[in-house]
Amino acid sequence: MIGTTVSSGVAVLVVAVFLTSCVEMVEALTIVLAVGHTRGWRSCFEGVAAALAALVVLVAFVGPALVRVPLATLHLVIGTILLIFGMQWLRKAILRSSGLKAKNDEDVRYQSTVAQLQSSDSAPRRDQVAFVVAFKGVFLEGLEVVIAVITLGTSAHRLGLAAMVAAIAVVLVAIVGAVVSKQLTKVPENAMKMGVGILLTSYGTFWAGEGLKIHWPGGDAGLPVLVAIYLVVAWLFIVAFRRSATVLETTS
Amino acid sequence: MNSDQTPWIFRVLKGFVMFWWDFLVGDTPELFVATLVVVGFIALCRIVWQLNALALIALPVLCVAALGISLGRAQRANRK
Repeated sequence: MIGTTVSSGVAVLVVAVFLTSCVEMVEALTIVLAVGHTRGWRSCFEGVAAALAALVVLVAFVGPALVRVPLATLHLVIGTILLIFGMQWLRKAILRSSGLKAKNDEDVRYQSTVAQLQSSDSAPRRDQVAFVVAFKGVFLEGLEVVIAVITLGTSAHRLGLAAMVAAIAVVLVAIVGAVVSKQLTKVPENAMKMGVGILLTSYGTFWAGEGLKIHWPGGDAGLPVLVAIYLVVAWLFIVAFRRSATVLETTS
Repeated sequence: MNSDQTPWIFRVLKGFVMFWWDFLVGDTPELFVATLVVVGFIALCRIVWQLNALALIALPVLCVAALGISLGRAQRANRK
């Protein structure tokens, strides 16, 4: 029984970190490919390398510092952050699935980055614009991966596992991106966002509760129950919003 | 003073604050406020009133309610 509950918590952690890292990596890769194709690869890769180095330094400083924070405080703060972040993703995914928001914005992201780069001066040998755009894209999207890894990993006492799963996701998306060498529009981004939103909201609820000394029935086994509840809720919201959109179209 | 003359430490601090503002508040301030209210209410239930069962049920229910309010707001904005 203990083995089952521990592995269900770990499974949710692995899926949450993997999906979050994949989604953020797809967004970063879209920007990197737009920069590389438009302005050349040298400065683009320098920007990517600088961003990765900055992220590694950040993890090296913040990760060990978080381990010293009392567990209840850590659970409460991280749970609250994950709740806010998770509900934002879930909200966006529900709005997209019910047709109230455009579904895939990778094309738009790629085109707007290309337009921004083309309007800049012609590319010199050391292209500062390409460096800055690639750096910002990778650093900001990577920061969200770092936050997911640190918050989920430290709260579950599995920082190493979370970091390894994120690294696998990042390498996997990078390989796919290098092979197809264009923006990853075929990736089911909204379905992944829905999954991430549900998992982060579930983790946020669970840990905010733990931080407030709530006793979950079955301990860690409460986590998959929360995932199931939010999954059903998301589905009900999508059905309701689609139905209301259909009624509006019929009456107008 | 333009942005080039601003000391780098202020630019870094401003960027740090802006990142967290976008990350946590962004275009859904209602979700940010609602989450803080929910967590505050659950803290009262559990720590002050010692009501574990109520806190256990109220936490996911209130989160779903907050999500519903935010989605309703987005739907109304979409109709306009």
